[in-house]
Amino acid sequence: MEKMTRVSGTVSGCTMFCHLDAPANAISVCRDATQVVVAGRNIFKIYGLEEDGFVERLNLRVGRKPSLNFSCADVMWHQMEENLLATAATNGAVVTWNLARPCRNKQEQLFTEHKRTVNKVCFHPTEVNMLLSGSQDGFMKCFDLRKKESVSTFSGQSESVRDVQFSIKDYFTFAASFENGNVQLWDIRRPDRYERMFTAHTGPVFCCDWHPEDRGWLATGGRDKMVKVWDMSTNRVKEIYCVQTIASVARVKWRPERRYHLATCSMMVDHNIYVWDVRRPFIPFATFEEHKDVTTGIVWRHQHDPYFLLSGSKDSTLYQHMFKDASRPVDRANPEGLCFGLFGDLAFAAKESLMSAPQSVGDVGRKTYPGGDRRYPIFFFKKPDVTEQFAQVSSALSVFESEAGSSVGMDWFINTAQSYLLSGKPFAELCEHNAQVAKRLNRPQESTTWTMLRIMFSEPANPSLSSNHNLNKSGNLPLVNSFSMKEMSAALNERNKENRQDNLHSLETNLNNNDENEETEGSEGQAEYLFGDAELDDDDLYSMEHDNQAAEEPEYLLPQEAFPLRHEIMDHPSAPEPVQEKPESPHVSGSEAESTCLTPMESFSLISVSQLLFSPHLPPKFFCPIVKEMLCYYAEQGDVQMAVSVLIVLGDRIRKEIDELTQEHWYMSYIDLLQRFELWNVSNEVIKLSTCGAIMCLNQTSTTLHINCSNCKRPMSNKGWICDRCHHCASVCAVCHHVVKGLFVWCQGCSHGGHLEHVMEWLKQSKHCPAGCGHLCEYT
Amino acid sequence: DARRTRGRRGVYRASLLCMKALANRGRLDSVSQQMASHPQYLESFLRTQHYILYMDGPLPVHYRHYIAIMAAARHHCRYLVSLHSAQFLLADGDPLWLQGLEAAPLRLQHLDHINKVLAHQPWLTARSHIQALLKTGEQCWSLAELVQAVVLLAHCHSLCSFVFGSGSDSDTTPTPRVHHGTPPGYCLCDAANGNTALSPSLAGPTEKAPRRREEDEAMFSADPSRFVTDPEFGYQEFARREEDHFQVFRVQDYSWEDHGFSLVNRLYSDIGHLLDERFRNVASLPFPHSPDLKRAIWNYIHCIYGIRYDDYDYGEVNRLLERGLKLYIKAVACYPDSSKTPLCPLSWAPVKASDKVHVNLLVMEARLQAELLYALRAITQYMIA
Repeated sequence: MEKMTRVSGTVSGCTMFCHLDAPANAISVCRDATQVVVAGRNIFKIYGLEEDGFVERLNLRVGRKPSLNFSCADVMWHQMEENLLATAATNGAVVTWNLARPCRNKQEQLFTEHKRTVNKVCFHPTEVNMLLSGSQDGFMKCFDLRKKESVSTFSGQSESVRDVQFSIKDYFTFAASFENGNVQLWDIRRPDRYERMFTAHTGPVFCCDWHPEDRGWLATGGRDKMVKVWDMSTNRVKEIYCVQTIASVARVKWRPERRYHLATCSMMVDHNIYVWDVRRPFIPFATFEEHKDVTTGIVWRHQHDPYFLLSGSKDSTLYQHMFKDASRPVDRANPEGLCFGLFGDLAFAAKESLMSAPQSVGDVGRKTYPGGDRRYPIFFFKKPDVTEQFAQVSSALSVFESEAGSSVGMDWFINTAQSYLLSGKPFAELCEHNAQVAKRLNRPQESTTWTMLRIMFSEPANPSLSSNHNLNKSGNLPLVNSFSMKEMSAALNERNKENRQDNLHSLETNLNNNDENEETEGSEGQAEYLFGDAELDDDDLYSMEHDNQAAEEPEYLLPQEAFPLRHEIMDHPSAPEPVQEKPESPHVSGSEAESTCLTPMESFSLISVSQLLFSPHLPPKFFCPIVKEMLCYYAEQGDVQMAVSVLIVLGDRIRKEIDELTQEHWYMSYIDLLQRFELWNVSNEVIKLSTCGAIMCLNQTSTTLHINCSNCKRPMSNKGWICDRCHHCASVCAVCHHVVKGLFVWCQGCSHGGHLEHVMEWLKQSKHCPAGCGHLCEYT
Repeated sequence: DARRTRGRRGVYRASLLCMKALANRGRLDSVSQQMASHPQYLESFLRTQHYILYMDGPLPVHYRHYIAIMAAARHHCRYLVSLHSAQFLLADGDPLWLQGLEAAPLRLQHLDHINKVLAHQPWLTARSHIQALLKTGEQCWSLAELVQAVVLLAHCHSLCSFVFGSGSDSDTTPTPRVHHGTPPGYCLCDAANGNTALSPSLAGPTEKAPRRREEDEAMFSADPSRFVTDPEFGYQEFARREEDHFQVFRVQDYSWEDHGFSLVNRLYSDIGHLLDERFRNVASLPFPHSPDLKRAIWNYIHCIYGIRYDDYDYGEVNRLLERGLKLYIKAVACYPDSSKTPLCPLSWAPVKASDKVHVNLLVMEARLQAELLYALRAITQYMIA
């Protein structure tokens, strides 16, 4: 704390930048945070950090044609000795610079022991004369600045060294990261062997950084786009945090005074600097977006001040970033999430503060629904560190399980698939049967659709029979429907209430939308609202017929008029509003139940009347556009089952109206669904009954035949033509000795054979087996 | 003896790979045969090639083969042109396109320029080329497509060098594939994956088959020059142009490991790992001579293409590589064109044939990396601007 106050007195400033003459490769700052050195291929300068900008203090790049020794891959300012700097040159030299030298050339020592580019230099944090380097040639060297040569050489034995870092707390330890993904820990006194090694990343580890306070923590960043924090204090090195970034990580630097924060920048594509809270790895805590090209060097201006970050970039600029000017992605991110599970469960995550209120309401809800209520909110708490002023890092996740066997599941799908009859009976009976099935499963809309189809497409030969029959039927049908509807809407009310408790006011809009979207698929809950809709449809169809019949009949085609009408119907009061409204009390839903059950009543009367009046005159073709519409509607609603079933049952009556691709698409989706539910028989029946070429041939694909190798008699495990074990081609033609990839015919007597055509040709000339086994082959 | 067992295992692995290739395609191309002496490398080479040509990627398969044809035609490599012409047809490509570049869609024609530049003077590749191809319009390329195309081009150009170096180009008419049992017009990779003989899609192609096969045959003798514009454009000494504004490409500023990999892997997933494996494999091939010689060869090839390493003393190239070898490398890398009179004599006779294959592999991979580096740097520059 004492340090802090001292620091805040000396360091001040604002976000500022200056242009450099050339791209920077690395930067380093002197101990008192007043100067920064920038190094690159064509630049090597020292800038002073003033209140309102950078001031160039010194150009270290001297000479008319500077040698490659000036081309720096890395630079470090000594933290004990303020006049001492070291650079890693791209040509493999390690150079030290003494600012106190009286002449222009400040170069002090030149070590040319590395064979390849030196990637990193590092001064010992407390030992003045100790310098460490890591090179592309795979070696690390330790230099004593009082001597002309390195004092020890460490061989990593695993490709190029990308970074070396002295431990801040352990005098003798340093870490090295390698191109092959390894990280090694070394004792400076033991150059013969590393103390520890572990694989940290897949691909190169570009950087590593010791935690300034936690003795055992090492952060590493790699080409695999990850930042990992390792705990070395235990016997086994343990990964304790992992941050997934969007690009390869070039540098990583712990933030001073903030235990869980580190800054990263990338080597490619991404130009931003991110500051992460490692405990919250999915979103950066802060972002600096000033650079126009990749950031190559980042350094915290003072080792005890968390608010100033310096950075150099390939875009030839040097920046001082102020933490207060950073952008905070958290502020822009959506803090709530909602998702439906496979079995109708609902998961919902939000900030804790938002969730604490609904929790109590949820408790109330539990009491109200004693039966089958297995909801349980799960909460993950993370106590925010009081010393940090950041946004809360914790969210709460609640999971609401659907009731067992509730309507949200897909049972209806399986039941329907198994019970529907798609062929084998007269058309009218099929429709009738399917209507019953749908009704039994509480799917009134589908049930009515089947009934309507039967009416529309039944043979005109016995109209009286069918219409009579229908009259009786329809006399029952709507009533039953309206009855089941009441039940259903009551159930839905319950669900609505449940939802209400789940999400409460502040999130309602969000949830409502989702709720709706989700439920349209695969639950009758929605369907029954639409029931009124569909029902009305039919009404209007009939009434419209009534009006236009004379005009339309000669053309046998119902043109566009049908469609606008349909859309108008969507606005009918009994349409889906109730769901959108999100009833606040049981009243609303009560009235909604009434309104829905009204519609079938109307339709009842209309149907019966229209049947009597017109059915004998209407050719089935007349209905095709509407049926087509209806099929598309079902398919779009996600009920592709209905679409395909109707398609099959209607067969030629409708097939030509719908384009082949759409049909194929429906079939594919339905078959896929069936197979996911393991309804193989149904799926096969559908495939057989389909009229699309592409579908029918499905039965011929993936009819894999597992065979044994003809040579070693063991199963052929891999694909292809060669046996894994004995490495012989498995099915070789006895005539041409090539692999048989199509029809293979063989003699059952000697089990030799080959290509069909070859064997046939052979047998014209000879009766003996082409393999020469002497068998008199017989083929039927 | 450990070495011998390893050697035996290597031979065994190579023969297995070759057998697989043979069984799958009905023929074994001479390229694979040559590479078989380095089974580990062969495996990664085949995997990369298979991935670029047949696996997931933004470009349709027949486009890929056509791009390969364009690339191979730059070096008049009849062998690759005819190979990919046949595969182009098998992938349901329009036979008309094979009449020449002008018959191909505009989009592919637009690729001609970058193809030309990459093949002969890759240092000319600039941001503007990338920009021109990606400029929105009817014939524009997407970044992902372009990256795949560039990888394909670089792969095929460098493969031309290998084919030329190993003399495989001499068997210009590959023996027609064995058709027994495999209906013509039948995708090669399908054949390997099980029984598709009853596929309904075959109903169509079978009628077309005779015509197809004739065309196949016709194409085998196709003249690569019909896919080439500006045939005079060729390699020029980079060193001579140094006085111009072309700067030396510094590996320390843009390297495959640090930059190229990340970019290419981002835009064309997994290819980075595959190529990385190839480069690693070729670097780790057991070389009977000193590793310095290997590095000298690699750096010399890159030097020919204007790519320099800060940490390399280029005097070493002259010390380690005898003149004959240098000429050979340069001929294989820059003028892999058997239709022209060779500018350099191919007299370099190494001690063993396997050495020659090794050098050819080095040339191919170094060239591949060089082209990729230039192309990817241009793409990076485009993305920054």
